[in-house]
Amino acid sequence: MICVAHFARCGRGLDLYHMGRLLRLELPSNPEILSVVRSTMTRLTEEMGFPAEDSRAVTRAVDEALANVIRHAYSGRSGQTIELMCRRIRIRTCGTKRAALEIVLIDHGIAADRKALCGRPLDDVRPGGLGMHFIQGGVDVMQYRSLGRRNRLRLVKYLPDTEAKPPVAKGE
Amino acid sequence: MVQISTRRLDKTTILDISGDIDLAHSSEVRRVVLVEFREKKTPKVLLNLLEVNYIDSSGVASLVEGLKASRDVGSRMILFGLSPIAHEVLQLSRLLTIFEIYDTEEKALAA
Repeated sequence: MICVAHFARCGRGLDLYHMGRLLRLELPSNPEILSVVRSTMTRLTEEMGFPAEDSRAVTRAVDEALANVIRHAYSGRSGQTIELMCRRIRIRTCGTKRAALEIVLIDHGIAADRKALCGRPLDDVRPGGLGMHFIQGGVDVMQYRSLGRRNRLRLVKYLPDTEAKPPVAKGE
Repeated sequence: MVQISTRRLDKTTILDISGDIDLAHSSEVRRVVLVEFREKKTPKVLLNLLEVNYIDSSGVASLVEGLKASRDVGSRMILFGLSPIAHEVLQLSRLLTIFEIYDTEEKALAA
């Protein structure tokens, strides 16, 4: 099982207020890795200052997105590669710039069916089809692009407006 | 990792499930639940979710499939001990009213 992680570091350690790139994981398309990614995403979002409910929502969205790649893009084949990247970004929305977490997933499997990306109505009680609902409900922006054998899913979750200001160092 | 142990009380089976019901393990939960209804025709099956930390969409699908199987054979499937996270997932799926859910094993047994 391959799991390569690169944490962005500056100064004395992780500084999640200022950093751009936060995390890059190269994951195998193995369902057993999902619990590891969930733990990582929960910790990352908590450290970034997301409220607990948002942290769970983002973690759920990433978990479901990865599960979709494993099940559909790679048809359940293990040992294929999935890249997961997280960045802290500033994004313009409604005329103001907001801090946000950007998550990008890249795979090289079968492209997703555009219709399947819309999910299904929840009033229709039946097994399956909930994953897209959890992804879309957990983030503020979802973009999917497929070019050749490279599929890219971009998820963005805004940080709360009331985020804490960065600590001012002594002497400043 | 998920662990499932079975207890039998008269005509009721209690499945004690612990761990995560996710893509890696939901098929095992589904298999055990469906055996209770389709093969053993158990009249009442209780799923103890006290030790379940996480349920993903495949886990929810397994529960829905179990519920449909129970109805097909005229049995009952009851959930109890939902963690806040499991409760949240069923709420997001708008399935809280579809399942029979109780806080405790005593209440589920008495139902």
